[in-house]
Amino acid sequence: MSNEFEPTITAFLCNWCTFTAADLAGTSRLAYPANVKIIRMMCSGMVDPKYVLKAFLEGTDGVFIGGCWPGDCHYINGNMKARRRVALLHEVLGRFGVDRDRLWLRWVAASEGNMFAETVEEMTARLRELGPCVMKGEKVA
Amino acid sequence: MLELTINGQSVLVQEGKTVLEAAQELNIEIPTLCHNQALEPYGGCRLCVVEVTKRGRKSLATSCTLKASAGLVVETDTERVLRSRRMTLELLLARCPEVPVIRTLARQHGVTTTRFGLENEQCILCGQCVRMCKERMGVSAIGMVNRGAQRVVSPPFEEFSEVCRSCGACATVCPTGCIDIQTFSQHRSEPLPSEWNEGLRARSAIYIPFEQAIPKVPVIDRDACVHLNTGACAICSEGCVADAIDFDQTDEEVEVNVGSIIVATGFDALDPTPMEPYGYGRYPNVMTNLEFERLSNATGPTSGKLLLRDDKDRYKFTRPPQSVAILHCIGSRDVNYHEYCSRTCCMYALKYAHLLKDKCGHETEVYNFYIDMRCFGKGYEEFLKRVQAEGVRMIRGKASLVTDEALDEDEEGKLVVVAEDTLTAQILRVPVEMVVLCTAMEPRSDAESVARTFGISVGGDGFFLEEHPKLEPVSTPTAGVYLAGACQGPKDIPDTVAQAKAAAAEALALSSAGHVTVAPMISSIDPDICIGCQVCVGLCPYTAIEIDARRGVSVVNSALCKGCGSCAGYCPSGAAKVEHFTDKQIFAEIEGLLDCRSDG
Repeated sequence: MSNEFEPTITAFLCNWCTFTAADLAGTSRLAYPANVKIIRMMCSGMVDPKYVLKAFLEGTDGVFIGGCWPGDCHYINGNMKARRRVALLHEVLGRFGVDRDRLWLRWVAASEGNMFAETVEEMTARLRELGPCVMKGEKVA
Repeated sequence: MLELTINGQSVLVQEGKTVLEAAQELNIEIPTLCHNQALEPYGGCRLCVVEVTKRGRKSLATSCTLKASAGLVVETDTERVLRSRRMTLELLLARCPEVPVIRTLARQHGVTTTRFGLENEQCILCGQCVRMCKERMGVSAIGMVNRGAQRVVSPPFEEFSEVCRSCGACATVCPTGCIDIQTFSQHRSEPLPSEWNEGLRARSAIYIPFEQAIPKVPVIDRDACVHLNTGACAICSEGCVADAIDFDQTDEEVEVNVGSIIVATGFDALDPTPMEPYGYGRYPNVMTNLEFERLSNATGPTSGKLLLRDDKDRYKFTRPPQSVAILHCIGSRDVNYHEYCSRTCCMYALKYAHLLKDKCGHETEVYNFYIDMRCFGKGYEEFLKRVQAEGVRMIRGKASLVTDEALDEDEEGKLVVVAEDTLTAQILRVPVEMVVLCTAMEPRSDAESVARTFGISVGGDGFFLEEHPKLEPVSTPTAGVYLAGACQGPKDIPDTVAQAKAAAAEALALSSAGHVTVAPMISSIDPDICIGCQVCVGLCPYTAIEIDARRGVSVVNSALCKGCGSCAGYCPSGAAKVEHFTDKQIFAEIEGLLDCRSDG
């Protein structure tokens, strides 16, 4: 076993695009890092900021929110709501000493299985550079 | 109404009609070369003479200019009339001895020789072209010049006309077919290519799109119609007996309320013009699969005969080819164009090979240049064997070049297909007369905007994405929208029919059930927690949240809610939640996932 740091990514994926893309990556037998833990959401717009904070508090090293490309949202404009929320979250996380590069929002369409695999790979590599998250291990009541 | 007598039959006609028109109503045939119902009467050819009795006096008159009057007695076939017509025809025959329409007319009247000095003219000076250009097109690009024996039709000063729009109306009405617009117009006349016939045939500006068109009514090409562009012409509306032509008609938007939609928008055929090595567009006998399809069709430009295209005139076809090459995978299975297989080409290429052997004779050499033969369907492999048995040459190797540069005598004047035979590892040069390109099936150019309209996704290859490749092959992520045919991916007719029937069944299942099942993931707002801030009302994209004014809380209309969770994601008090995606559940999920990690 190598001693390399293995980051954990919590992924909140939209059921209609990125989650399907992850499915496609699987059925296409694409290999991607096992570091990603997926939580299915109906829309990126339903990702409450507290889910992201909770994930960091529970010790994840990065959060990946996957939504539909602008204009393609299954619920008209949920992905735009997610974008606004993520912009604010970046501000908040920065103030708590969490590198803003630990929270990714990416548009991945249902057909872009390879893009899902690439994104996860990129994010894993980036988190390896950043190292473990500072909030890790801090118990919260 | 006026009553007159023609050949002993009495007929009632409207005032202002001519004797010729009255005779036509009685189906009495009067020969004429200068009459055209779209033009003013002219009386130029003198063939329509009839004998008229008026106040006891008999005289000859041209029926096309003679207005009908009450009590007129007309004879159309007396000896005097026939003698006059024969004389006119004898004179016309002397002027234009080679023109078929004159020869036929003369023969019908028993005139076979002429006593006058022979000339070799084509034009009979009927003036239809001049009148058409002036009266209907409003241009007067051509006119009669000189007098007597020197009289000819010409543009002013015999110079190339600047005002001529090269609309071709003059050539259309010319009874002898002697007008070539290029000899007097400054503008090139380009025939309009028929879309249905893949440009193998010309069409007019008003045309019936194709033989089986529904409704089978003509359409007007706005860009080409002379009337819509200049206000002139409108001959079609005059000729239409039903008075059905309406130039003011515009596109209509029709709103239809439906419960389900089947998207069956089909595919585009790849345009091989940019693939220069294949010479499409440069060599007249390099054609696409669809062009060949029209050529072999009984309603096509050659009535189904497989003929070579004339080198000079693209609308002319000459003789059957003696050798044909069919090139597979043009744009399919090609990293530069489309990596996917178009699925249909192998089989229709075999069909073409069979048709060529069948229609042009067994001695016709047919070569198939393929990468792999994919004859996967029921009866397909058997068809391949049958076509091979008919003597069709199968060459495994994709053609790389089509050229007319000959290296030896055999290749002179032919198209040479260059390919590597990958079974023998040899470069082949095959001289043929016709090349058929089996072009790829492409997604429609507007597929992305259609996908956006219906809320469906487009795959990496550009075709619409089904909900699941195995279990939901006709459904889409949007409930009630189904896919059928090549818009979902290249497929042949049996597969398209199967998918279309499946889509129809899915749509019918919805309507026969009479109710729809919605996913249980919809929002709810806990009235005990809601503080009535109303932010969720503005966030909801489906206007599914209303305010209960009495209780001062927001309420979700569960029939409208689609469960996107916009409200739950924002709600500051935590009152809004999506069923099965509650905070408790998501938190448990996060904890579970991350616990795993620390344990492992």
